[in-house]
Amino acid sequence: MREALEGSLAIARAVAMAKPDVVAAYPITPQTHIVENLSKLVAEGDLHTEFVSVESEFSAASVVLGAAATGARAYTATASQGVLLMSEVLFNIAGLRIPLVMTVANRAVGAPLSIWNDQSDAMAVRDAGWIHLHCASNQEAVDTTIQAFRIAEATELPVMVCMDGFVLTHTMEVIDMPGQAQVDAFLPPFAFSRALDSADPRTVGTLVDPGWFAEMRHSHHAAMGRALGVIEKVDADFAKLTGRASGGLLTVTGDPDARVGILAMGSVVGTLEAGLADFGTEAGTARLIKLRAFRPFPARALREAVAGLDTLIVIDRAISPGLGGIVGSEVSAVLQSMTAAPRVLNYALGLGGRDIPESVYPALIAAAANPLAPRFAVFDADLDKLMPEDR
Amino acid sequence: MIEYRIHGRGGQGSVAAAYLLAGAAFEAGFTCQAFPAFGAERRGAPVTAFVRIDDRPITLRSQVRAPDYLVVQDDTLLLDPALTSGLKPGGAMLVNSRKPTDEIAANFDTRVVAVPATEMAQEAIGKPIPNTALLAALLALTGDLPQEALAAALKSRFHGDTLARNLTLIARAAASVEAGAWQKEASDA
Repeated sequence: MREALEGSLAIARAVAMAKPDVVAAYPITPQTHIVENLSKLVAEGDLHTEFVSVESEFSAASVVLGAAATGARAYTATASQGVLLMSEVLFNIAGLRIPLVMTVANRAVGAPLSIWNDQSDAMAVRDAGWIHLHCASNQEAVDTTIQAFRIAEATELPVMVCMDGFVLTHTMEVIDMPGQAQVDAFLPPFAFSRALDSADPRTVGTLVDPGWFAEMRHSHHAAMGRALGVIEKVDADFAKLTGRASGGLLTVTGDPDARVGILAMGSVVGTLEAGLADFGTEAGTARLIKLRAFRPFPARALREAVAGLDTLIVIDRAISPGLGGIVGSEVSAVLQSMTAAPRVLNYALGLGGRDIPESVYPALIAAAANPLAPRFAVFDADLDKLMPEDR
Repeated sequence: MIEYRIHGRGGQGSVAAAYLLAGAAFEAGFTCQAFPAFGAERRGAPVTAFVRIDDRPITLRSQVRAPDYLVVQDDTLLLDPALTSGLKPGGAMLVNSRKPTDEIAANFDTRVVAVPATEMAQEAIGKPIPNTALLAALLALTGDLPQEALAAALKSRFHGDTLARNLTLIARAAASVEAGAWQKEASDA
């Protein structure tokens, strides 16, 4: 049913429809409304779950790890410093191949302290071994949240659903909420193949000596590779049920014949779509690539998506100081094997909540037309604010 | 697309006003988008919120830089030189103030209407929260959405006595301004 809902409330309702057995989370801006709304659903009797109010994100992650290890469907949510405080446990959840779902309301990581949106938090745990799915709208965030449980349970990998803090979490917009019957049909009860059972005791998380560690890592990497197909299939199945796909691994829109492409993750994609529609005729058109799956990284799909482009601009909503962009570096790496790879320009944008205006679209197209454009830049930084040596 | 920017201070319900306006647009069959630009999250701090209304899906997620209308919930914010930044030619500004419209309008080169929304709210709901009265006045002036749509949005958010008092308040506030004074010509709607 179509409703005008704040993103966070819609996510709480989507999580409730997945009927989690355990929810544990610690509030942090801009994720707080998700947890508050879940807590309210529990208090009002609309969600029957073990809601564990913990004293930190470390505990939140630990609780859902333990819960899911017993075969419970478990959910948590966090952002920014909360992701960092969880980080040790996040590696454990993934390394133990524990399926659960976490929403990250993407926010910058301090210092300098910022409560506002970028994607530094998810990038900081890029190598923890989680599936990362980025959402461009609240509709995608709702649908991806429901899909995430099925992906996690099918792959025995944890899934991080990334949605831009404030830009999505605090935005009210029209969202078509799935019905409970639809979600029930889509999401069978969780039956964990390795659930802890006191009648059949076994150990989890034991010391792995050098004779096995490499094989465990290889196995985890291989599972990520298989997850590519699962993510696509689950999205296709969801589309069959609801008529809405959430973008599989990636989606290509815009002008298929354009020589310039722009690749981005998250809510900035919508602004780029608006920019193309409003400025495309005047500034030049572009092929838009919305990357939904950051982990596993869809190398083959990316190479197909960029075929025929002269220039690909990759937007990063985070920075790796001393290197540059993160998504941009990874995209460049996987395009190396192409016979005619496009030139890659990698621009960080909207760091720490810097508003991204629609005029970014013609500015990016202009950069693509410039043969001397820098390969990496913090695109919207006002260098005049800085000391000369930092410009 | 119609774009609105709401300026207020923490505690005046600027974000709630944005959500209510978007909710009213949805009730009237439009697509909508509403979101805040939080600064310091504390009472009294300036807060800005944005609303977009359209008859097609809204993909743009930038802050509203060129609003059709401004709603100012606190007249001390009129001193901010950036307040009217980007206001579209032919735009208009609704101000919550006890001062007469002419006195405020003299300082701006745009259309201005002042409404004593805090006082109206104090009288009708017993709280100095001007947001619902301002929205009713805004919709009356612009004719963008019917008052019933705002009432429907209120009904999805408030209940019982609070709802009843707010419904009384919006009817009074709507009647306090010249209906359709800011209505756009059909050609540029």
